[in-house]
Amino acid sequence: MAETPRIQQARGVRLFWYTMWARAYPRLIGITREKSWLFFETVLPLMATIAYIFVYKALQAPPDYVGFVVVGGAMTAFWLNVLWSMASQLYWDKEEGNLELYILSPGPLMAILLGMAVGGVFMAAFRAVIVLTVCSLLFGVVYQTGSLLLLILIFVVTMTALYGMGMLFASVFLIGGREAWHISNLLQEPIYLVSGFYFPVKSMGFWVATFASIIPLTLGLDAIRQLLFTNDPTLGFLSVELELLILVVLAVVFIAGAAWALAKLETIGRREGRLIERRR
Amino acid sequence: MQPDYAIETKDLGRIYKIRGPKHKGDAKELIALNGATLQVERGELFGLLGPNGAGKTTLIKILSTLLLPTSGSAFVEGMDVTRDVQEIRRRITVVSGGETSGYGLLTIEENLWMFARFYGLDSATARRRIDDLLNVVGILDRKRTKISDLSTGLRQKMNFVRGFISDPSMVFLDEPTLGLDVTAAREVRNFVKEWLRNNTSRTILLTTHYMAEADELCDRLAIVDRGRVLACDTPENLKRRLQREAVFNLKVGRLGHKPDKSAMIESISGVQQVTVSEQNDHTELNLILAEESVLGSVLSHLTQRGSNLISLEKREPTLEDVFIQLVGRRLDEDTSHTTGGDNG
Repeated sequence: MAETPRIQQARGVRLFWYTMWARAYPRLIGITREKSWLFFETVLPLMATIAYIFVYKALQAPPDYVGFVVVGGAMTAFWLNVLWSMASQLYWDKEEGNLELYILSPGPLMAILLGMAVGGVFMAAFRAVIVLTVCSLLFGVVYQTGSLLLLILIFVVTMTALYGMGMLFASVFLIGGREAWHISNLLQEPIYLVSGFYFPVKSMGFWVATFASIIPLTLGLDAIRQLLFTNDPTLGFLSVELELLILVVLAVVFIAGAAWALAKLETIGRREGRLIERRR
Repeated sequence: MQPDYAIETKDLGRIYKIRGPKHKGDAKELIALNGATLQVERGELFGLLGPNGAGKTTLIKILSTLLLPTSGSAFVEGMDVTRDVQEIRRRITVVSGGETSGYGLLTIEENLWMFARFYGLDSATARRRIDDLLNVVGILDRKRTKISDLSTGLRQKMNFVRGFISDPSMVFLDEPTLGLDVTAAREVRNFVKEWLRNNTSRTILLTTHYMAEADELCDRLAIVDRGRVLACDTPENLKRRLQREAVFNLKVGRLGHKPDKSAMIESISGVQQVTVSEQNDHTELNLILAEESVLGSVLSHLTQRGSNLISLEKREPTLEDVFIQLVGRRLDEDTSHTTGGDNG
């Protein structure tokens, strides 16, 4: 019998593109598949944000503080997504047996991670938009922005840096061999405190704010607030331009770090044979 | 130029360092592969037969670039597994028994599409291949079922399709029928045979616990134990090794809990191998004797011990007998205390 001709396989950039969107797909489609997810991802976070708004209203804080909380509440979605759906994801993929198949395939691991990030951004954006829209309408938040373009640029760079950090965490968590959710738990609440999700980070003092700036959301959130609420610019930590510059540096460092950590991960995995072994 | 062999290993070794509790001394070493030398021809369905901990899975992990050897060398289609990693990955796939990979909220079709894209298939080709292969394994009508709703058998069929969707040159099947019912296992085996018939230059490396499966499918097979290749030949030639010997299956009255009963029978002159298994109301003995006449000595020994003969069957040697003769125990006897490791 005649041999079946071989199927053409994409290489290089095209393979990277295919791999990235293929890995993003479960996250994109997952939004529509899990109805309960819609409830947990929208109604519950709204409650936390609204609670903070009532605290500020009870304290008779300036009206901008309500806006700060709304924007912070929306951006929280991205932080949680990075912690629970990026940093821990390779660990879960290992436990399910998917990581082994990712490594075995010619699709680049960096494209797998990027696909997770792209899918994650869409998932979290859905929650962020709900929080932003509902709270803004309920509490009559007034936004004033001078430069929409700069606002979009800050948001994009912040997301790039944040998800770059998530990609780095994903590899580091796996190399460290620790139970991923413990580390995520460890990071979640302290970052809420020091990153100024619900208040201007400047109020934490210079050194705490500087330390917290390693988390891209700290500076991203601060810059977005400065652009959206221009009534009191003294509430900003650094100038928007400087924050943008630092965010660009963070994005480059985190993405380069993720690429390095992935290569390291694979080397250790092949040498020691332990990273792809399941524990459950 | 085509490489000489689809797979070639030379003195391949792999030692794992097993870490104990902290501050309890140095890591222990576990030898998973010990000087394994093999050549697999293109177009062959080559089997690896051995108990848990024999080194089968370790060998597959090295050949599929998931693990580095600690000694020796290994080549897949002429490419070095330590250096030519990306090129090897383009050509191979691995399917393991009991796999739980994929995402439960995706359908069979979506999961397969995702993996096809990781291998660089364009979307139209991927969807065409998915339909074709699902049709071959008989689950095309279930392609829109979420994989969280699939039975073990259906899920394994999906895994099988995943292994063949990228049109690989070589497929590693690691216990592929593990946990499948008889019908599903037969369908999977038929699929493997059909695929090789239609793709004569492709190669399959199969590990299995099931002797009958190895006998039915494999062109050649290697018997491995404790990281070593003990024999490598066609199933027929391996069985022919026992042609001069006489193989008997005896059912006798219960021998009871005598710990040395195998040794007692083995001590009879001319008894080469014996395995003893206690059943509810009798004891079953599998004997490999140097010649038929030795059977008389065995029977009189059993009679002296008060055990009556229930039935006696002379039979053709099987791979199980070959395995017992080479390894000294049955395939299903646990050896994890001596080797352990990653499932092999």
